[in-house]
Amino acid sequence: MTNLTPSQNTTRFARFMDSDVLHSFLRSPSAMIAAFITLIFILAALFAPLLAPYNPFDPSQISLWDGKLPPSFAEGGDERFFLGTDNQGRDMLSTILYGGRLSIIVGLAAVFLGMFLGVTLGIVSGYLGGTFDAVIMRIADVQLTIPGILLAILINGIGRAFLPVDIRDEFAIYVVIIAIGLSDWPQFARITRGATLVEANKEYIASARVIGLPSWLIMMRHLLPNVLRPVLVLATLGLATAIISEATLSFLGQGIPPTTPSLGTLIRVGNEFLFSGLWWITLFPAIALVILVFSVNLFGDWLRDALNPKLR
Amino acid sequence: MLAFIARRLAQSILVMAVVSAVAFSLFNFVGDPVNNMVGQDATRERRAEIRLQLGLDDPIPVQYVRFIGNMLQGDFGVSYRIKQPVDQLILERLPATLELVFVSAIISLVVGIVAGVYTGIHRNSWISRSILSSSLIGVSLPTFIIGIALIYIFAVHLRWLPSSGRAGTIDFGWWKTSLLSLEGWRSIVLPAITLSLFQLTMILRLVRAEMMEVMQTDFIKFARARGLSERAINYGHALRNTLVPVITIIGLNIGGLIAFSVITETVFQWPGTGLMFIQAVDFVDVPIMSAYLVFVAILFVVINLVVDLLYAAVDPRIRIGNG
Repeated sequence: MTNLTPSQNTTRFARFMDSDVLHSFLRSPSAMIAAFITLIFILAALFAPLLAPYNPFDPSQISLWDGKLPPSFAEGGDERFFLGTDNQGRDMLSTILYGGRLSIIVGLAAVFLGMFLGVTLGIVSGYLGGTFDAVIMRIADVQLTIPGILLAILINGIGRAFLPVDIRDEFAIYVVIIAIGLSDWPQFARITRGATLVEANKEYIASARVIGLPSWLIMMRHLLPNVLRPVLVLATLGLATAIISEATLSFLGQGIPPTTPSLGTLIRVGNEFLFSGLWWITLFPAIALVILVFSVNLFGDWLRDALNPKLR
Repeated sequence: MLAFIARRLAQSILVMAVVSAVAFSLFNFVGDPVNNMVGQDATRERRAEIRLQLGLDDPIPVQYVRFIGNMLQGDFGVSYRIKQPVDQLILERLPATLELVFVSAIISLVVGIVAGVYTGIHRNSWISRSILSSSLIGVSLPTFIIGIALIYIFAVHLRWLPSSGRAGTIDFGWWKTSLLSLEGWRSIVLPAITLSLFQLTMILRLVRAEMMEVMQTDFIKFARARGLSERAINYGHALRNTLVPVITIIGLNIGGLIAFSVITETVFQWPGTGLMFIQAVDFVDVPIMSAYLVFVAILFVVINLVVDLLYAAVDPRIRIGNG
């Protein structure tokens, strides 16, 4: 009776279980470890308020008497604070959980902003071509010659200058997100435009045109889903870069304020105590940051190889 | 060729116009320029005088043209915080940045090429493998964490080198150099290594990849058949043929060094232009900010223009193409 091929008959999930991507994932131990660690970080970020032993933003739970205690496993440590406390008596483990949460949120938001801008401009310039395409791509070319982190520092500095002093800390996080997002859209735009140029010549797009669909519908419904593969890879690798950029801005004292610290802010604050031998205040946030960035990068590298066999 | 140069020049001028517009709007719309210059408690007459001096009552386009005119003469106004002309401040700090960039460029070139050649020839030795895997770690570590780690190890723990600042400078007119005294070298070593690591890994990987490719070619086989020594083959023939892409990348990466110098200078409190910009943002010192913005833009426009022209000189297809 049925003449459907199996692939059409099965669910999305079953198709995923049978895919090359999953197969390659299960055969790459480094990808699995990286994905596992990334997942742990994301879960820790989601459930930070439940996991953290203390709330570092609740003054009633902080006592200056507990300040500068070494980790519980080091000499002179207090068993209440596994990773020790900072200068204000906040539990390091709790501040790292909350800080990691902020770093991941800012990183994701910045990548989404850059991706949204880049993919939109990339599809439109690839599909429409002409002057719009030429102008957008020239801007992207010029911007690509400047390192992203420098651009983020400059845009962030200008953004901060335009904010009145009393609300600068409150809005710092949005300025950081916009600065990083604006600094990495060209990569998304170029890769999307390239993929769009390939797709736009295929028959299904021609058919969509022939039946009279409006351009915006063709771009959104038909082009967008088909150009997302390379974008996904770029977004994963971009997340690692965005997290580093945020940490760098915060470390320079231009990012997230110390009242609600991200990992970069924690490292900046801890750095001041490094000379007096209080190594744990800066070491643990730094380790958390490095592991997070490294595993996201490793996962992104694997994803690039898995989705583009040509690059291998 | 002339048309190509003209197009590129027009593009550069457009970029500079946009950047100077940003710098101008920073200057005009951030806070009240008069308050920033004389403080809250100046008399009304003094304020009016300064408004007149700055021409703040003129139409915006007139002010913009005047801003550009001043900029072209190197006049960026007076720093709000330090109360000195900005062009002097930049000139004072430029040698520190340039020396830092120069020393780290040398480190990344020498170490990068030597290690790249070695790992390209002895592909499977354990030294190559450990160089490659440690370079992977170097690339994924944020610059400021490398800086902190070096400070902790060499300044706090071992106490071999100073942790920050620029000591032992010797004056040559307006150029203060730290490259002529032991004290100066001791203070430049850590920041220069920090700044060089990223470029070093890029050069290493590029040279290694190029070497591996060149070693497969016929002329290397013939050189071997002629009985040339390993050294002559590796350095005289193979390395020389890898240098063209390497030189291009290095040219483009000078901009990268300048970019990361902002971070390195802040970590090590190195008194260069990057640290000056970060401090200016902290105090919303707009004249310094807009001057630095224009400085960076000029730098990148010039680097790109030179690289483009070099490409065009080397590759005739670009000259006749749509460039």
